[in-house]
Amino acid sequence: MDYLLTEEQVMIRDIARQIAQEKIKPVAAKYDAEGIFPWDIVKILAASDLCGIYIEEKYGGTGGGAMELVLATEELSKACGGISLAFAATALGTFPIILFGTDEQKQKYLPDIAKGKKLAAFGLTEAGAGSDAGAIATTAEKKGDYYVLNGTKQWITNGGEAEVYTVVASTNRSKGARGAAAFIVEKGTKGFEFGKKEDKMGIRASATRELVFTDCKIPKENLLGKEGMGFIVAMKTFDQSRPGVAAQAVGIAQGALDLTVEYMKERKQFGKSISSFQGLQFMLADMATQIEASRALIYACARMIDSGNSKVGKDSAMAKLFASDMAMRVTTDCVQLFGGYGYMRDYPIEKYMRDAKITQIYEGTNQIQRGIIANHLIKETAAK
Amino acid sequence: MNIIVCIKQVPDTTNVRIDPETNTLVRSGVQSIVNPFDMYAIEEAVRLKEKFGGLVTVITMGPIQAEEALREAISLGADEAVLVSDRAFAGSDTWATSYTLSKAVQKIGKFDLVICGKQAIDGDTAQVGPGVAAFLDIPQITFVKKIEEIKDSFIRAERMTEEGYDIIESPLPCLITVVKEINEPRLPSLKGKMRAKKIEIKKLEAKDLDADPDSLGLKGSPTKVVKIFTPPPRKGGQMLEGEAKDISERLVDLLKGDLCL
Repeated sequence: MDYLLTEEQVMIRDIARQIAQEKIKPVAAKYDAEGIFPWDIVKILAASDLCGIYIEEKYGGTGGGAMELVLATEELSKACGGISLAFAATALGTFPIILFGTDEQKQKYLPDIAKGKKLAAFGLTEAGAGSDAGAIATTAEKKGDYYVLNGTKQWITNGGEAEVYTVVASTNRSKGARGAAAFIVEKGTKGFEFGKKEDKMGIRASATRELVFTDCKIPKENLLGKEGMGFIVAMKTFDQSRPGVAAQAVGIAQGALDLTVEYMKERKQFGKSISSFQGLQFMLADMATQIEASRALIYACARMIDSGNSKVGKDSAMAKLFASDMAMRVTTDCVQLFGGYGYMRDYPIEKYMRDAKITQIYEGTNQIQRGIIANHLIKETAAK
Repeated sequence: MNIIVCIKQVPDTTNVRIDPETNTLVRSGVQSIVNPFDMYAIEEAVRLKEKFGGLVTVITMGPIQAEEALREAISLGADEAVLVSDRAFAGSDTWATSYTLSKAVQKIGKFDLVICGKQAIDGDTAQVGPGVAAFLDIPQITFVKKIEEIKDSFIRAERMTEEGYDIIESPLPCLITVVKEINEPRLPSLKGKMRAKKIEIKKLEAKDLDADPDSLGLKGSPTKVVKIFTPPPRKGGQMLEGEAKDISERLVDLLKGDLCL
């Protein structure tokens, strides 16, 4: 389908596609099996100017937004949903600074991220606070010119690899969600350590670690927005970033479908290519249609964000929900179409199914997304 | 350090077919690409520029569509692009092409180094690079796999041979042709692509070249293509089996007999 992309968007998509097919695809299986963080790919993304495609020109980027981010994420994810995450999770960690940072904070952190010299990460989840983000137990106590952080963040994508972390902590636990605040924490700050690298089902080329804060002193200038705004920072960040997760899901699904169509043309049973069987053709048609519908929803949502419309919560939840559920179904069917070979690690398809699963879980489980969508619906009808 | 890179637009031979009637390439519907060996030439030039400063000018002789190849070179880091194009150049063989390119290089002006890919994947002659050097009357080092040292007016390079490599030193300006072992070409960058989109490509026609009109195009091409044919596939060999002594005797007999030693 022609989405009427700008010339620059076509260039971004083409560059990302070339990197994915020529550089990521050959290493995807190895990095997945051995859990190798894709620093070599990050360098290529940086040299190709892709790291700054959602960052303003005055901060070293090329001035795009959500649309550019989803185009690149989708292409990279076609080759590997784990490797693409070094890029996409950096965007998640950067959005709080883009959305709520002061000019000084942006000047200090965005240029290095735009150049690909530094990766970023976002730290919200804790052992006891996942979907219930208001229950965070990490504290930030103000002492003179500093905040002192204590607590542990869990399952942080890019943890340990990133240099810049945006972390949500509570300055007043008695206020619950309203007592939270967001901070920028640099790797190397005294009292900021990392837990072990998690051993995951999928996205295994991506690093997931705990962030451990023990009397970690950060300058008060690192507060993003104001005290009490932490939960808003997190929600507004997710509103922007969910199309990115959705794009990762679409990329994974499309990558799996592309492999499956190729395989079905080659694979012969009953003396014919299995692509000639109508029952299987119907499965292909359904998958392609679902992928395209997801893509259309994501692009519409990304364009809405880029138009400056701030009421994107419901739509970005829909995009994330629809695309990730679709990706799980499609990749499961792709494994089915590969038959016994599909279940074998020697073939690339089972990895897509493992990688797809996380997109239904992180950046808000799909149950939480349904809750967000329903809340918006109920509020909208109440307002009428 | 000012560098001129000569490139060629070629059909993507990974999916090219030969017309069985005419024995020529079926060009319709085949995508055009930058000759893969020239990608290494572009990369080496851009790396030298990044190290020593200066300008990388990329040049091609071909039809108007060859502009695409030049724009791709710009997206990979070249600074300027020159298209050498004229009906008068049609039918050029490697001799006339080398002559024309050398005239264009002289027109571009001062340069320290000319880099070419070792050969084009369509003609496979590996003659144009050396030919340009000859017409320019400058030294050449072919099949370069590594530039060991390069400074103001001196280059030392490793020249790949079948047995190993030669180390060759030369004054500058000089022309080198490169093999794929020399580097790993980068992928285009977004800023490079945007530059490539906008850049104005200089055009040189026959009248701009101070060239002898009789040395251009078909008229200037001593090569005459008499016949094009597909060589018949090699017939299967004959395997001799048994003890070494017996086999060698039978081999000698065979060579004496049918194969008329």
